Amino acid sequence: MAATQEEIVAGLAEIVNEIAGIPVEDVQLDKSFTDDLDVDSLSMVEVVVAAEERFDVKIPDEDVKNLKTVGDATDYILKHQG
Amino acid sequence: MSSTNRTVVVTGIGATTPLGGDAASTWEGLVAGKSGVRALEQDWAAEQAVRIAAPVAVEPTETIPRPQARRLDRSAQFALIAAQEAWKDAGFTAKAGEDGAVDPDRLGAVIASGIGGVTTLLDQYDVLKDKGVRRVSPHTVPMLMPNGPSANVGLLVGARAGVHTPVSACASGAEAIGYAIEMIRTGRADVVVAGGTEAAIHPLPIAAFGNMMAMSKNNENPAGASRPYDVDRDGFVLGEGAGVLVLESAEHAAKRGARVYAEAVGQGISADAHDIVQPEPEGRGISHALQNLLERTDLDPAEIVHVNAHATSTPAGDVAELKALRKVFGDDADHMAVSATKSMTGHLLGGAGGVESVATVLALYHRLAPPTINVENIDPEAEANADVVRGEARKLPVEGRIAALNDSFGFGGHNVVLAFRTI
Repeated sequence: MAATQEEIVAGLAEIVNEIAGIPVEDVQLDKSFTDDLDVDSLSMVEVVVAAEERFDVKIPDEDVKNLKTVGDATDYILKHQG
Repeated sequence: MSSTNRTVVVTGIGATTPLGGDAASTWEGLVAGKSGVRALEQDWAAEQAVRIAAPVAVEPTETIPRPQARRLDRSAQFALIAAQEAWKDAGFTAKAGEDGAVDPDRLGAVIASGIGGVTTLLDQYDVLKDKGVRRVSPHTVPMLMPNGPSANVGLLVGARAGVHTPVSACASGAEAIGYAIEMIRTGRADVVVAGGTEAAIHPLPIAAFGNMMAMSKNNENPAGASRPYDVDRDGFVLGEGAGVLVLESAEHAAKRGARVYAEAVGQGISADAHDIVQPEPEGRGISHALQNLLERTDLDPAEIVHVNAHATSTPAGDVAELKALRKVFGDDADHMAVSATKSMTGHLLGGAGGVESVATVLALYHRLAPPTINVENIDPEAEANADVVRGEARKLPVEGRIAALNDSFGFGGHNVVLAFRTI
């Protein structure tokens, strides 16, 4: 069954917490991975791979650059999840 | 003194070793004659011929936050912990520039390891095989590159005068400190953070060193397995950790009123050109390094009262080194208290020169030579050539200027001797 927006944000929050150490409650839709959440370009790759696995979705490298905020990633996953 | 022959001093020390999570606890362990060698309890150890090692006393993740730790190889974690301690010990409160006492353009970092990020490489290969290409960590390259610890320490302190990583197996840490001394002596930098680190307690290196017949298989008696100079020594015990010094021009240290532990007098370097792994049995290469040290510095053999020997507890190497000391120093070798601290820390490979330089500097500072433990029956060839400090720590002369050497030799025939002296 496909994940809801709420479930995706919660899942991304856990992933970002694991990778960048940011508290889960700080991971909100409007937050930028790079500017607000301490996720640099290499760590973004980790976030993407963890999200792919968790939400059964493929996020090609060329799409990763468009995922600036948690909201961007959530929308992408909602649209493409298997 | 000209700008190309400046006096270099040690103003900060840091370490994380099998005996303690910092330099003070390491020194306490060394002086007390404590062994850091343990039985390996990991599942993979069961099938190994060698089932002992000397892991660090304090896991690095107790100090380094998890998000930072997961993008650092274990060897870089050790280096950062030791460098952070040394930097603070030297009296700096922030990275260069932010702390106005040091100019980033005049600050260097030289941290070496013998093998680099070997556990990262092997663990990520397991990930590749088990989970596929996509799961290989994007941090793998900066984690496994041998210059990773040096680069991370450079970032920590803000070093812009140059960040270097000399690699010479088990002489790497000493070569790093020698390189740093030269950077300051020749005027390239005023302050350099230098040392060695290693993290190779993993089934592959242990199987590989074990198959070379280089390691002790005294699995029944871990604390007694590393026994340099004892007739029953049967190889080294693998240790891990890091040791780092802050080196500084004497002038720069005086200007900021820094505490000075010792003078870093200089280095003597040579290569055996004998065999890829076997030491030259008469210690000719080592003698050559010692002679170079005497020719290139104003060190007086009469001042040398202590040698932190390379002595890894292998049958051939331990004695060759002592023969070289006797050959070069003659009767002066009689007043040199020789300590093999690997009897307690195990052999930290590229980390050894760093940790043992910390030990050598502290031996001068406290005027106390740590013991060599586990020497129950001394090898007659060792006894004939040197005064080995056995059993308990020994006081060094309480007055006057005294000097000490730290020897490090590596597979490939690399010989590095560092000299330190009281101020």
